[in-house]
Amino acid sequence: MSILVYTETENGQLKKSAFEVASYAKAVADQLGEKAVAVTINAESTNELANYGIDKVLEVKNDKLAKFSADAYAETLKNAAKQEGSKVVVLSQSANAKYLAPLLAVDLEAGYASNVTELPQTDGGFTVKRTAFTNKAFNQTSIDTDVKIIGLSNNAFGLKENKSELEKIEFEAQVSDENFGINVESIDKNTDKVSIADAEIVVSGGRGLKGPENWGMIEELAEVLGAATACSKPVSDMGWRPHAEHVGQTGKPVASNLYIAIGISGAIQHLAGVSASKTKVVINNDDEAPFFKAADYGIVGDAFEVVPKLIEKLKEFKANNA
Amino acid sequence: MKILVCISHVPDTTSKINFTEDDTKFDTNGVQFVINPNDEFGLTRAMWFKEKQGASVDVVTVGGKDTEPTIRKALAIGADTAIRVDTEALEGFQVAKELAKVAKDGGYDLIIAGRESIDYNGGMVPGMLAKLIDANFINTCVSLEVDGDKATAVREIDGGKETLTSSLPLVIGGQKGLVEESDLKIPNMRGIMMARKKPLNVVEPVGANSQASTKKFEKPAPKGDIKMVDADNIDELIDLLHNEAKAI
Ligand SMILES: Cc1cc2nc3c(=O)[nH]c(=O)nc-3n(C[C@H](O)[C@H](O)[C@H](O)COP(=O)(O)OP(=O)(O)OC[C@H]3O[C@@H](n4cnc5c(N)ncnc54)[C@H](O)[C@@H]3O)c2cc1C
Repeated sequence: MSILVYTETENGQLKKSAFEVASYAKAVADQLGEKAVAVTINAESTNELANYGIDKVLEVKNDKLAKFSADAYAETLKNAAKQEGSKVVVLSQSANAKYLAPLLAVDLEAGYASNVTELPQTDGGFTVKRTAFTNKAFNQTSIDTDVKIIGLSNNAFGLKENKSELEKIEFEAQVSDENFGINVESIDKNTDKVSIADAEIVVSGGRGLKGPENWGMIEELAEVLGAATACSKPVSDMGWRPHAEHVGQTGKPVASNLYIAIGISGAIQHLAGVSASKTKVVINNDDEAPFFKAADYGIVGDAFEVVPKLIEKLKEFKANNA
Repeated sequence: MKILVCISHVPDTTSKINFTEDDTKFDTNGVQFVINPNDEFGLTRAMWFKEKQGASVDVVTVGGKDTEPTIRKALAIGADTAIRVDTEALEGFQVAKELAKVAKDGGYDLIIAGRESIDYNGGMVPGMLAKLIDANFINTCVSLEVDGDKATAVREIDGGKETLTSSLPLVIGGQKGLVEESDLKIPNMRGIMMARKKPLNVVEPVGANSQASTKKFEKPAPKGDIKMVDADNIDELIDLLHNEAKAI
């Protein structure tokens, strides 16, 4: 038996979220007195997994898996879980992991809980805490099947360093043409900017910025901080910013370390989607904007004056702390 | 083309979230229920196919009689037939299994579900449904075209987009982008009148098992007080973010 964890790569490099799910899997393994086994697909090096307590890694190298395929990746993970006799499978909540998880659940006849935020309670049954109602509540979900799949919310558990002896094993994916019913025709990825899902810091702009021509300072602030850019729903509906930047209950969830909201009022649907962020800063010229009730730090002021000053000061700060 | 749109009946986004029965049940008192927003984008795309390419559009929900106004609304928007699987929706796998029966019986070419429902945010029904009926599956779908038996879709990935092609039958997990916000239709009087005459078929559940169950709900801990920083004192904000929040 073992705890299986899918540690994702991006261009052959393990992602930060991979180390978070590895840390979590190690903690679950310790709790149940089992080994933590990772699976990587076309990773250049898996050495770093030894910093997060992984005992064994199944390294899959397969050209057919060069592009993500939910079905083929789920098939690979199913085969790994079967070989290892895994009773718990841990995944991140990246777009790809969320895509393959339900397929894997059916394959393994496993109960699946997404958006999990804490270690499971395993005395007696197997219960996980997960967010529901878009962060407006939590629910304790009991997973009642023999095999269990956990989708761990981004940034909920953090990285836990833990040195281990890592055994590396080559693993055959055992995928067939049947797993490739969907063709990837093209991928359009912004490689010089961090995505909202992977970002430590997200800088977000709302209708208070008046128009798309004013996003220069948002982009610049994001660049200084190494942050992703996001926006409120009306901003994307009006076409000021791409839909991919829309965050909130009906957009993307944000669970970054730092979320900076500029000219965003803080409507309930917006707050729901971003409240999992650890620290929230609001810049708004209306001291009665609802966001001030949901944030950690606030500045009442005109964004067009505050943001350029903030950029200036952050540049100084970065220069002094480099 | 035969299209099935899966509709989840969810509390309006502005609803107060409270629980009853010792925090084991969602308190529906005073709550307005709506078509799950992700599903509404899909339904509207289905109506586009119906108008532009010719298609029949059925909608389905798994739920008690209380969900009927929600699927009636889908009929008023223009769907042809509604199906209600007469059982409480308890959990994603159970719902997917109930939907799989309807999907198989109907022989649909395209099944449109939402990426996730805004109540439990499970994000599991569309993928499970696809796997159960052995159809192709595309998640977080933001654009969909169908030409004959070939579909071209765009899916959102972290930090970008991917263009995919698939044969039919296909299941998608849809969201905004399939159509724009401004394309969403508020049912007009005529639609509402017509919807009353359209069939709403109540079917027996297969009695699918659950794989997970909610034991208890909790509300997040109340937020601590905000610290206000003067607009002329940005240094203080940077100091707080660095030394107190350890966020930069
Ligand atoms: C079903 C449904 C789903 C929804 N889902 C989402 C969602 O997922 N995400 C989302 O964001 N919204 C969502 N909304 C919309 C939501 O209700 C709000 O309308 C929206 O969040 C408001 O966006 P905003 O804060 O940018 O704009 P506004 O509410 O117009 O706020 C603009 C703010 O900018 C401030 N401002 C103006 N000028 C300046 C200045 N010079 N300097 C500083 N501040 C300034 C104003 O004081 C104001 O607080 C949803 C709504 C519905 C009905």
